[in-house]
Amino acid sequence: MFDGAPLLSIITFLPLVGALAILLIVQSDDPEILARNARYGALWTSLVTFVVSIFLWFGFERGTADFQYIEHVEWIPDFNISYQMGVDGISMPFVLLSTLLTPICILASWDSIKVRVKEYMIAFLVLETMMVGMFCALDFLVFYVFFEGVLIPMFLIIGIWGGARRVYSAFKFFLFTLAGSVLMLLAILAIYFETGTTDIQVLLTTPFPAEMQKWLWFAFFASFAVKVPMWPVHTWLPDAHVEAPTAGSVILAGVLLKMGGYGFLRFSLPMLPLASADFAILVYVLSVVAVIYTSLVALAQEDMKKLIAYSSVAHMGLVTVGIFTATQQGIEGAMIQMLSHGVVSAALFLVVGVVYDRMHTRLIESYGGLVERMPAYAVVFMVFMLASVGLPGTSGFIGEFLVLVGAFQANTWVALLCATGMVLGAAYMLYLYRRVIFGKLTKQDLRSIMDLNWREKVIFAPLIAIVFWMGIYPASFLEVMSASVANVIEQYQSAQIMSEGSSLAAFRPGE
Amino acid sequence: MISHDLSLVLPEAFIACAAMTLLMIGVFRGAGSMRLVLGLTVLALAVAGVLVLTSPGGRALAFNGLFVTDGFSGFMKILILLGSATTIAMSLGYVEREQMDRFELPVLMLFATLGMLMMVSANDLISLYLGLELQSLSLYVITAFRRDTVRSSEAGLKYFVLGALSSGMLLYGSSMVYGFSGTTSFDGLAEVISSALDAGASPSVGLIVGLVFVMAGLAFKVSAVPFHMWTPDVYEGAPTPVTAFLASAPKVAAMAMLVRVMFGPFGDLFVQWQQIVIVISIASMSLGAFAAINQTNIKRLMAYSSIGHMGYVLVGIAAGTEAGVRGVAVYLAIYMVMNIGTFACILCMRQDGRMVEGINDLKGLGKNNPLMAFALAFLMLSMAGIPPFAGFFGKYFVFLSAIESGLYTLAVIGVLTSVVAAFYYLRIIRLMYFDDPDEVLDRPIGGGMTLVIGGASLAMILFVIVAGPVVNSAAAAAAALFTG
Repeated sequence: MFDGAPLLSIITFLPLVGALAILLIVQSDDPEILARNARYGALWTSLVTFVVSIFLWFGFERGTADFQYIEHVEWIPDFNISYQMGVDGISMPFVLLSTLLTPICILASWDSIKVRVKEYMIAFLVLETMMVGMFCALDFLVFYVFFEGVLIPMFLIIGIWGGARRVYSAFKFFLFTLAGSVLMLLAILAIYFETGTTDIQVLLTTPFPAEMQKWLWFAFFASFAVKVPMWPVHTWLPDAHVEAPTAGSVILAGVLLKMGGYGFLRFSLPMLPLASADFAILVYVLSVVAVIYTSLVALAQEDMKKLIAYSSVAHMGLVTVGIFTATQQGIEGAMIQMLSHGVVSAALFLVVGVVYDRMHTRLIESYGGLVERMPAYAVVFMVFMLASVGLPGTSGFIGEFLVLVGAFQANTWVALLCATGMVLGAAYMLYLYRRVIFGKLTKQDLRSIMDLNWREKVIFAPLIAIVFWMGIYPASFLEVMSASVANVIEQYQSAQIMSEGSSLAAFRPGE
Repeated sequence: MISHDLSLVLPEAFIACAAMTLLMIGVFRGAGSMRLVLGLTVLALAVAGVLVLTSPGGRALAFNGLFVTDGFSGFMKILILLGSATTIAMSLGYVEREQMDRFELPVLMLFATLGMLMMVSANDLISLYLGLELQSLSLYVITAFRRDTVRSSEAGLKYFVLGALSSGMLLYGSSMVYGFSGTTSFDGLAEVISSALDAGASPSVGLIVGLVFVMAGLAFKVSAVPFHMWTPDVYEGAPTPVTAFLASAPKVAAMAMLVRVMFGPFGDLFVQWQQIVIVISIASMSLGAFAAINQTNIKRLMAYSSIGHMGYVLVGIAAGTEAGVRGVAVYLAIYMVMNIGTFACILCMRQDGRMVEGINDLKGLGKNNPLMAFALAFLMLSMAGIPPFAGFFGKYFVFLSAIESGLYTLAVIGVLTSVVAAFYYLRIIRLMYFDDPDEVLDRPIGGGMTLVIGGASLAMILFVIVAGPVVNSAAAAAAALFTG
């Protein structure tokens, strides 16, 4: 159906076209009509985008590590910079994750956003363009433009529609991320100077000198570690999550954090294999600290959103461990963990959003005994809570299990400490669930709380389906990525062997 | 031969004649001729632009090597003419409202533009000084144009005293350079220096001291730290359209002149002047970033912002390569457009008919005038260098050249200060969108202003599409300077 059509560009820029259409066409003097038209415009745009992106999933050729759906247009020819798009098994699932979560976010904001609805919808559609473009980009400059471009709509979403301390959080989010990214920009420039190209496909097979790799690695690390976020640069995340509107948190946890993991997997590991091997231990240490420390912090939280935000840091710590084990299981586990976390934590923020919309508080102590009034809600909450804990049969289990298998091969202590973190993860999630759902319904104002309405059920249904699909039959996801992951590992290992070979040759020059 | 010379200076000659004619028109028609003169000024600049565009390419010398035209001067002249014409046109509404409608203002701006064109085309220390002084003297006068207000007169006086000092330094440096090399011609200087270096002699100390003085004088004109002190006061005190004018075309001209002087006559002394440029670049970027944080007056804020931006342009010069000059050219083009757009917004900041300048007056603009807020947000993000806006590409090409030349420390400091600077640009967006309005800005802002603001902000976002051609013409301009 889309043979020869620039499918990736369509998926990337369709939301932008929709945003422009809403900006220019949707005009009305009546704010009610304006808001309604903007909502429907955004919903339809994002749904159509999602439908188009499904073709990507079915048309994608499994079993090859090559980039597919490649598009190539000259952009700044004198500098050898071109607009290049393409996906492989690592980036394609993230494209779908982004296109899936956007319509869900728009639905989730249907009633809760009441002011400046039109601008809100435009911001979300622009955000979608930036996210999808970032995962598809095959040119470094294009990648960077999208990577940074994400900051602008997110800054506005937190700053305009956020909570009480929204200004502080929006600035913190923007400046933290920007500070990391500009260092990556310098690394990109250095790479361009070294090789004369910004074509990612070419760069992935270019060996860099070992000394240079170290500096480049740190520059990339600065950017991706803030994005993931890794301890100790994670502090922007709880603030941003708490203050952002529900849908903003969903996208933040669902997609934006994955940009860091994706960056490690796409660039750090295959392009800078020697430095990655040298500094893997650093990543392990920071990740283990993140897993254990943030889990303990989560245990002490009084605010539901903050608790889930800290749990995100812990889960993403597992992802970084998995990536830098550089084993098939570890990386595939990290991928599944990212996808799973993308769905599960997004859903958990939606779950919090449901009660927040009704009661306008996120404090855990304001709730209790919700199961009496909201049975459907309790079930949905339980599914995602258990998926977050990593119960077998849910997506979380597959990710955590594979990461641990990979970690055991790389370093037993890391695996052991990560497993401890998971126990803590179960503790804080179950503790949260018990305090909110179980117990006696004693609070007076909770007596009239309503269960999920049809719109909320529609939002949760696909997410629940994916959680179980990924948990019960992960093969349909693994087969998409395995060839690309194997390719990354092969590159990584051959670089290690080459380097050992050359150092041996230097050691025994006579032979 | 004289006809050949005249054909090369045709745009300048035309502007000179036009300025004098307009002066006479103004004198004979008396009060109330401002509108006509202003319109004709813009027209004259447009005609000069056409003349520049149609002039033959390639490097050519005129008047015994005092004057040069090449691809570089052509590129910069187009920028200058565009900047001058737009800012002069923008001033119309303001000068009429604020009773500044005297015909001398556009004529003086035209003379200043003539001086700028001379500066970019100067090929001799003497002609450079002549162009610079014509520009500076005109600017001193228009800064103090509202002579009945204390702020404007004070700004004009400050500008004049410090400007005269810097001109003195430039002149003193020039005389030293002449004394130790025996020539003021750029080509002659380049020859003297390169033959001395070829012979294995180190450049004479006197020449280097002269060079340092020349650089100090030029650094003043581009308002680079530590010669920046006049900038905030002059920007704040001058009438806003004059500030807009000051902040756009003269910056381009002074920077172009600095590039030509550094790479032309003193190209072989690169090792000597590179350190100076690096130091003032770092100082400018840092001061521009940190000092602007606490500003509450938007014109002062823009002054510090321009100091910072000049620091980024200097990064390209410090690279000392053709790529560096290309980065400078791209950066200047983008900087000028975003600056004009921003000042157009500032000119629209009125409450109940009177001008306001506090950044807090922008509060809630996102609600009151969504389109203007949108455009200003684009411009601010571009100033901060956030992709996909044009300002990012300016920084990209400048830092690219720095990395190519191995100036890693400079590049790292540069990007980090840009993060700091992002804070105050974001603060403006925050005021417009996150806060509720105290007092509403007047509407409507008028068709012409809408056009300028809309055009500038669209240029910021559409740059991603036209990046190729712009970068190519900048590259051609840079190449012209190097193939000599």
